[in-house]
Amino acid sequence: MNDQRPVVIIIFIFLVGLVLLTKLFLIQVVDDSFIKKAERNAIQRVVDHPYRGLVYDRTGKLLVYNNPIFDLMLVPKEFQVGDTTRFLEIFDITKEQLIESYTAARKYSFVKPSPLIKQISTTDFARIQDYLIDYPGLFIMTRAVRSYPLPIASHAMGYIGEINAGQLERDTAKYYVQGDYVGLSGMERFYEKELRGVKGVKYKMVNVRGVDKGPFKDGEYDTASVAGSNITSTIHLELQRYGEMLMNGKRGSVVAIEPKTGEILAMISAPFYDPNSLTGADFSKNYRALNGDESKPLFNRPIMATYPPGSIFKIVQSLIGLQDGILTPETTFACNKSLVACHNHPSPSDLFGAIRNSCNPYFHQAYRQIINREISSNTFEDTKIGLNDWREKVLKFGLGSPLGVDMTNEKGGSIPSSKLYDKVYGEGHWKYSTIYSLSIGQGEMLVTPLQMANLAAIFANKGFYFTPHLVKSIEGDPNQIPVQYRTKHSVGIDAKHFDLIQNAMAEALYGTANRAVIQDLVIAGKTGTAQNPHGEDHSVFVAFAPKNNPTIAIAVYVENAGWGGRAAASTASLMIEKYIRGEISRPALQEYVLAGNFIY
Amino acid sequence: MKENDIHIERVDWITVLVYFALVMIGWFNIYAAVYDGQAEKSIFDFSINSGKQLVWIGTAIAIIIVIMAADYRLYENLSIILYLFFVGLLIVTPFLGKEVNGQILSVGFGDFRIQPGEFAKFATALALAKFMERPTFDLSKTKYQLQAFVVLLLPVALILLQPDTGTAMVYFSMLVMFYREGLPQSYFVLGFGFIALTLMALGIENNFYLTLGIAAVIAILIFLGKRSWQKILVFSSIGIALIAYTYSLDFVVEKLPEHQRNRIMVLFNPDIDPLGVGWNVTQSKIAIGSGGFSGKGYLEGTQTKFDFVPEQHTDFIFCTLGEEFGWIGSLVVIALFVTLLYRLVIMAERQKTRFSRIYGYCAISILLFHFMINIAMTIGLFPVVGIPLPFFSYGGSSLWSFTILLFIFIKMDSSRAMQLGRIS
Repeated sequence: MNDQRPVVIIIFIFLVGLVLLTKLFLIQVVDDSFIKKAERNAIQRVVDHPYRGLVYDRTGKLLVYNNPIFDLMLVPKEFQVGDTTRFLEIFDITKEQLIESYTAARKYSFVKPSPLIKQISTTDFARIQDYLIDYPGLFIMTRAVRSYPLPIASHAMGYIGEINAGQLERDTAKYYVQGDYVGLSGMERFYEKELRGVKGVKYKMVNVRGVDKGPFKDGEYDTASVAGSNITSTIHLELQRYGEMLMNGKRGSVVAIEPKTGEILAMISAPFYDPNSLTGADFSKNYRALNGDESKPLFNRPIMATYPPGSIFKIVQSLIGLQDGILTPETTFACNKSLVACHNHPSPSDLFGAIRNSCNPYFHQAYRQIINREISSNTFEDTKIGLNDWREKVLKFGLGSPLGVDMTNEKGGSIPSSKLYDKVYGEGHWKYSTIYSLSIGQGEMLVTPLQMANLAAIFANKGFYFTPHLVKSIEGDPNQIPVQYRTKHSVGIDAKHFDLIQNAMAEALYGTANRAVIQDLVIAGKTGTAQNPHGEDHSVFVAFAPKNNPTIAIAVYVENAGWGGRAAASTASLMIEKYIRGEISRPALQEYVLAGNFIY
Repeated sequence: MKENDIHIERVDWITVLVYFALVMIGWFNIYAAVYDGQAEKSIFDFSINSGKQLVWIGTAIAIIIVIMAADYRLYENLSIILYLFFVGLLIVTPFLGKEVNGQILSVGFGDFRIQPGEFAKFATALALAKFMERPTFDLSKTKYQLQAFVVLLLPVALILLQPDTGTAMVYFSMLVMFYREGLPQSYFVLGFGFIALTLMALGIENNFYLTLGIAAVIAILIFLGKRSWQKILVFSSIGIALIAYTYSLDFVVEKLPEHQRNRIMVLFNPDIDPLGVGWNVTQSKIAIGSGGFSGKGYLEGTQTKFDFVPEQHTDFIFCTLGEEFGWIGSLVVIALFVTLLYRLVIMAERQKTRFSRIYGYCAISILLFHFMINIAMTIGLFPVVGIPLPFFSYGGSSLWSFTILLFIFIKMDSSRAMQLGRIS
């Protein structure tokens, strides 16, 4: 009987081997979930964040840079305090702070670093650096935050902050992860891709306690980060700074554009905030404070505030009339105040005189001819056709929809079409007498200060514009800026019609905006007053200079500052002088603007 | 030619080669388990375990030379004395030994410590062989069965006092030897049935189904063949006892010390507590499973050397192999063990004395048990039992005791020509 038993034992031995190998085959070869589990265990993916691109002004001066901030980190396992009194003295903290931070660090991890002192200043860092060697378990971790040498151009530059849920969802390329910093407004947001660079990845191995055990496969799978592109902005730092000084304490906008290129030289939204307040650890606290501020410092007026264009729009009307052949320089209309109010000036006037004197009845009558061309015998129908044709011509001036500046949240204003009046009055129930306010830039018409500045550039260029933009070159290469900023837009008006306009604007300065006149520097300008049903009217002025070879076109809005000839014209004139001459020859005018008492 | 000469030509070289292959693979794996890419320490560095294991390997070779040089009759003559010596050592261990994690496993002084429980294995094997070689000894008779069990159970009881359940369990592997020597087959059928029932009782949540199953089997047995009141009474009693057993088991498991209960329960559900009790098995399976077909490459493993697997150089040394050499590596090592055990069965069967055959089967039993249970626990087929993988795991006591166990038999085998044919 026992003869079979050795065979049974041998079979059993082979069976054991077979069972073990089968189970091993199942977990090693068939089931590959263990490979991922092992990677999750031991391989840590460490993202190497690239250096965000810097921003320079058009003259090469630094506008935005990265400021290293230093956190003093502590590894409890290695930490030895030695002489406590000396330690507290060197690191300038209290015993309670030390105990609190150490306890928190111990609680978090015994072997992983936790912050002991956050955001040490560069000077403190230099001071404590030499002592660090005496204290094992302490080291400095460097982070970079956005920083601004001058607290200017905050709206144009924008700010960066932690990515929000919506942005993460839209990021189909899955580049971002929770906690990443992205541009949230202004240029920072528009040029996020250029500025951010490319993240690098390092794979490192960690043991069961999370202690670093060196690179995985000697760094074979690691990728280096690529620093973001440096951007040269179109902003003129000195002009921007000067403009912000002038606008300090006021509400309003200043937009200055180089007409030949569409480059924005200055873009001021008052009231402003210090861009340094929206960086680093205090971001949330400061953001809440700014957001709750009644003066709305975060509101980017040049592209988000809309106002009726007012008298300045008469120039657009003139150009359309001239192009359509409805107006000629010789066309005259009487200043018939029964149609619409006007101030006292010689009457009747030709087109030149009408622009110079900003004659309301002139444009009431001229606009009627532009709209009602007797294309239809039905006056209602005729007005409708006329309005829609006219609207098409107005839109070409960059009005009625966002220009497409390289910032987010730009508003387009509005130029009414027949649909709006059909909706309000009913189809066939409105005619010229309903819409005549449009003739003098009032009524159902809104534009942004940026669009106004662009209008000034169009007048300066005699009929074309480049979409206003904030970036001059990327990594020194002007061809890397988006193509839409290198494309010329024609407004559909022959250049010859602009001579009269330019002359009238230069002449108008002496009548309506004497303060703006500069010795030996011809400015072409037009005042406007945006009616404000809630209080004092807004002071508006657009201009370009020098008249014969314009290098700057500007629009200035000063809210609640009354007539355009005072606050806005004075500010624009000072800005023009600052930009072209580099210095101010009229300290009295500067004092006048700084004092800010424009209502009298 | 003198009788105690070393018969080099009669030594079973296949077995010796497999032994050295396993020891060397084990040594390389111990280095891999403690290897730290940043420290760059050599495998020979005595400050790490691979260096120390080299010392144990060296001394093991010395032991082999002594064993092979000694007279083959020495072991038979010393068998009872050795057995009594180690039993004595086991008795004093709890009083003189050093307590580690609530267990007192080793005695000695300074750094030189041995675990009597490890060495008592080969001593018990020798004693059983000596005791059972008598021609009159018949394992089918209850009297002799009891005698053999007493010899076996004495060290078991003492080891359980340490307490070292794992090592104590090893002694029950001698059932393989008892089977070869004629312990009735019915014992094994009943034994396996009982184990199966136990596993089912632990594994199945609702004992009600198990009760139904037992009742059904008993009913079938009663209605098969002749029916008598006596038979019905006996079978019914057995059935009721078994059902009572399944219910009491839950109660007993509940009363077990927590670490033992968890070790059992985690077998049925490894996810029961993946960061606690399940940690060992979960991490061990991740390490082995992540090795894939051909492994991550020598010293390239991450799970074992970064301490995700506990005891990675001793009881869980197989994880290092599985992770770095994959299924192919596992296949090679399992094949080596199967070859060794197969070879030992062949050798045992060619012995001329019952003494050496019984001893051979004792060695087979112990090695088979360690091999089977150790690897099974690393892949979640068996509860975690703290027993080493023979020749592989780090540690002097373990390597020495397995070496002694194996080479005494190799020595007996090489001297078989001089043994009198007293086999019965």
